Amino acid sequence: MSKIILQVEDLRTFFFTRKGVVKAVDGVSFYVREGETFGIVGESGCGKTVTGLSILRLLPEPAGRIVGGKIIFNGTNLLELSKKEMREYRGRMIAMILQDPMTSLNPVYTIGDQIAESVRLHQGLRDEMVEKEVISALRLLKIPSPEILLEDYPFQLSGGMRQRVVGAIAMSCYPRLLIADEPTTALDATIQAQYIALFKEIQKKTNVAIIYITHDFGVIANMCHRVGVMYAGKILETAMTKELFKAPKHPYTSALINSVPRLDRKDDRLYSIEGQPPSLMNLPPGCRFSPRCSMAQAVCSEQEPPEVEISDGHSVSCWGMK
Amino acid sequence: MDTTKVMDWDKVRGSTRRMRISSQLTFVLPAAVLLLLVLVAIFAPLLAPYPPTKIAMTERLLPPVFVEGGSTAHPLGTDLIGRDVLSRVIYGARVSLSVSLLVILITASIGTVLGIIAGYLGGRTDAFLMRVTDISLAFPGILIAILLAVILGPGYWTVVLAISILGWAPYARLIRGEALKLREADFVAQARIIGTSPARIMVRHIFPNIINPLIVMATLSVGFVILTEAALSYLGAGIPPPIPSWGNMVSDGRNLIDSAWWISFFPGLAIGLVVLSGNFLGDWIRDKLDPRLRQV
Repeated sequence: MSKIILQVEDLRTFFFTRKGVVKAVDGVSFYVREGETFGIVGESGCGKTVTGLSILRLLPEPAGRIVGGKIIFNGTNLLELSKKEMREYRGRMIAMILQDPMTSLNPVYTIGDQIAESVRLHQGLRDEMVEKEVISALRLLKIPSPEILLEDYPFQLSGGMRQRVVGAIAMSCYPRLLIADEPTTALDATIQAQYIALFKEIQKKTNVAIIYITHDFGVIANMCHRVGVMYAGKILETAMTKELFKAPKHPYTSALINSVPRLDRKDDRLYSIEGQPPSLMNLPPGCRFSPRCSMAQAVCSEQEPPEVEISDGHSVSCWGMK
Repeated sequence: MDTTKVMDWDKVRGSTRRMRISSQLTFVLPAAVLLLLVLVAIFAPLLAPYPPTKIAMTERLLPPVFVEGGSTAHPLGTDLIGRDVLSRVIYGARVSLSVSLLVILITASIGTVLGIIAGYLGGRTDAFLMRVTDISLAFPGILIAILLAVILGPGYWTVVLAISILGWAPYARLIRGEALKLREADFVAQARIIGTSPARIMVRHIFPNIINPLIVMATLSVGFVILTEAALSYLGAGIPPPIPSWGNMVSDGRNLIDSAWWISFFPGLAIGLVVLSGNFLGDWIRDKLDPRLRQV
């Protein structure tokens, strides 16, 4: 098995607002191996994106703060680095792709300039070399005739092409870890499939580890080796993708999988989970899913369930597993 | 099919052409006026028929050439002590235009730097800088100017300083708002993701995206600066005589406005022309830079 490149241990990221403390990430632990894709799936507002931003330490300060845990990247705890040292990791070792390709490129610079910025920042190359690197990054993302595209401005490109450019910026320094925060949500279905296939290929070529954040189980099935299911700031179940779909252990996971519309089943009504996710400012006592759980016992609303490893690489936080 | 005429293409083409011409006119005309005045200011010694401070007591209060009693020797007439109004308007362009250019450069620079810093860094820096801006906006500018004129003595640099000392505040306000908006933009997040430093983000990513409103505001404030200079001169806190500025010429003629109106009228006309041209040019630039109004 390949080396663990990122290990997140008991990460807690809180937002301190006037109304109270929002526990956006509340004790999240997972790891990613080189060449592996780890998916984080969950409803909107469950802390997926904040987890991604915490790894890069790019929270909106001063409200958002990492209050506990460790983020160990390649043997270094990122939380112990100075701001300047952290900047060295961003872009060079750890890259991130944002959701909306229409707004994540600067409208006043050409595509070439924007990719070159990252290359210049981290590799200290001369201009001719920079252009070579930029073109090879565009080639990696399979962008046709990159030499011509270099001179284009973002508004001249389609959404799919822009997201490839964003991917090229992310991959331009050949990072060891890529955090993809719903990169295909803003794209249409055919382009989405292409983009995912492209990243699988890039991963094979470069052995980059990917954290794939999404709410789409279809994408998870297609792209990820392992998945963590996140709910209200915590990962409730982690498993190999195949196992998770075949034998989900946490009631929340099975409920989520059941609420995906399927062509091979004839249901009258699509299944949905009763109730609303809890407010992150005011979490229920015990298991945070217990108020909505159909299998809740007395203990569930009293004590938080521990994480139990039920088989190799499959762990669940649920009292029902005891 | 050919009986149904969907659209009269000749008409459409005609109207777009008319639109293009009118759009060009709102640029060409004010730009030409401003350019002409700048050239007049630069080549003042060649263009002015007399030295601007030359006194001729025998030729006092001559009316302009097109009024009865006027002479071609003084096309725009003479003032109370026989100085040629045309020559003074020409030389006055030097002071008035250079003051406004300098003031705009100074205020726009200070306002942009402070605005970007306040907007991007936010928090306490922002709160502090914006309170200073509030105070500057609330202060009566004319009062400060008079105070400065008393302390430093009236003069060219006193005027520049007096208008600049508070003039940066509206820029800081505007730019801070833009920077605040851009701070949350995805491409700025993207820049942070690749490890760009805050200073570099401000210079490379925020600044180029606020040039549009900056240019619009700068052109629109040409009028404000010239009018303030005129107001200061009118109050005696501006450019001291005998150096002509459009403002102090208007002020000189104010007691004789019913008998010798031309002393105030021609410099006033020049002020009006510049202000109007600046405003038109600013409007045109704003329309040009707005993507929704572009390429109509």
